[in-house]
Amino acid sequence: MLSVENLRSRYGRIEVLHGVDIEVRSGEIITVVGANGAGKTTLLRCISGVQPISGGGIVFRGETLQTVPAHRRVALGLSQSPEGRQIFTNLSVEENLRLGAYLFADERVETDMAEAFALFPILREKRNLAAGGLSGGQQQMLAIARALMARPACLLLDEPSMGLAPILVAQILDVVKDLKKRGLTVLLVEQNAYAALQVADRGYVMETGRITMSGPAEQLIADERIRTAYLGV
Amino acid sequence: MTELLQFVLSGVTVGAVYALVALGFTIIYNASNVVNFAQGEFVMLGGMVTFFAWQAGLPLPLAAALAILAAAAVGVALNKLAVERARGAPVVSLIIITIGASIFLRGGAQLVFDKQLHRFPAISGDEPINIGGATILPQGLWVIAGAALVFALLYVFFTRTLTGKAILATANNRVAARLVGINTDHMMTLSFALSAAIGALAGVLMTPITLTSYDLGVAYALKGFAAAMLGGMGVPAGALAGGLLLGLIEALTAGYISSVYKDAVAFIVILAVLFAMPQGLFGRKSTDRV
Repeated sequence: MLSVENLRSRYGRIEVLHGVDIEVRSGEIITVVGANGAGKTTLLRCISGVQPISGGGIVFRGETLQTVPAHRRVALGLSQSPEGRQIFTNLSVEENLRLGAYLFADERVETDMAEAFALFPILREKRNLAAGGLSGGQQQMLAIARALMARPACLLLDEPSMGLAPILVAQILDVVKDLKKRGLTVLLVEQNAYAALQVADRGYVMETGRITMSGPAEQLIADERIRTAYLGV
Repeated sequence: MTELLQFVLSGVTVGAVYALVALGFTIIYNASNVVNFAQGEFVMLGGMVTFFAWQAGLPLPLAAALAILAAAAVGVALNKLAVERARGAPVVSLIIITIGASIFLRGGAQLVFDKQLHRFPAISGDEPINIGGATILPQGLWVIAGAALVFALLYVFFTRTLTGKAILATANNRVAARLVGINTDHMMTLSFALSAAIGALAGVLMTPITLTSYDLGVAYALKGFAAAMLGGMGVPAGALAGGLLLGLIEALTAGYISSVYKDAVAFIVILAVLFAMPQGLFGRKSTDRV
């Protein structure tokens, strides 16, 4: 569904992705794990089109993405819940969700919103409050819910566990598993490798802008090198 | 008492125009973080294009509509040809671009039109209306009503329509806006068109009272900018409050002290407010917009 080939990207003159290859098949949960600064967020930003690429390519559902502007990629079925939530802090929770479905103006917007509220009931309670006033965990839920409002075929999740209490991390990963059951494809980028590999089908390990290891999630979780480097055991 | 009422009436009239100009600053600032110093030229274009279209034989309402459209087109061109192309440049460079654009527009108006003062008839005549002993021109009421209508319509636009919310979202977080599928370039263009149209409307409404000429944009830009700063840059309610306040201070100073000092007193008050509240009266306490 989504294939990234030999992707390169730079900030100014400093290259941070040195040729990354990733393959995401329909219906899979794929995770990219790695330390802070490995380039995971840059990878997702490239896929969404908010970060320029300097080499290689991205193909999504048979369409080459390099020349497609960011807002059009959402229409193709790629939607992202970005790192640091990036919600619209001045707008209400409900307005954030409505803008998630910016491309649509049909009745399904209402049912999608009801579904988002069912997924994260706390958002229904706070629907009329300014999103900036939510707690970190609630903002994370809002970011994911907003991304789902865009009716993605492939959901890009950037560090959903960042800064959250373990119980919230578990809750959010349950939602990810739930989404997979509904047929959604998920590309999950995480520093919390252990949590991410537990829900994923396959995983990639990223180090300083390169993929250094890949394979089925249970294989990676058992790998001695990964256990010492990322799982802390 | 009558005297005070008189000063308040004229202050509110001028203040309404300042508020419209300040609103133009606010909309573009929100969309792009740019302080558009060409905002005053839109006011000038509103008056000048209306006058010359009217002189060429067009009915006045049609001439005014044409002027507003022409100004909006100039606003779009300013964004497409100058501001958008310098995307990624520091904000100071973008501001200098708008100063350049304002000089260009003033020069252009001098060539295309002329250097005379012009006036066209007021909407409902020039017979002053008596309110409690004070008088106001009917056109003054049109100015106030026009400003009130613009603020009301914009309030509805920004709180009730998806496009309005998309502009707010773009202002709030540009990357996130792109990630939900908003074409942020379009939102910028729309903001410039909207600001220019509002500025031109102010020019159309004000010309029967103050006359128009190619070079009156500078004064309006300065006053509108001051009003926007006073109210809090980026906050529409601040533009309204700042504009009215500035108009009132000017009118009261001119009435009770001397019209020579009206600008000086106005700016002293603004400086005093900004020393105490650097964000302006309604400004948010965010410091990330440098």
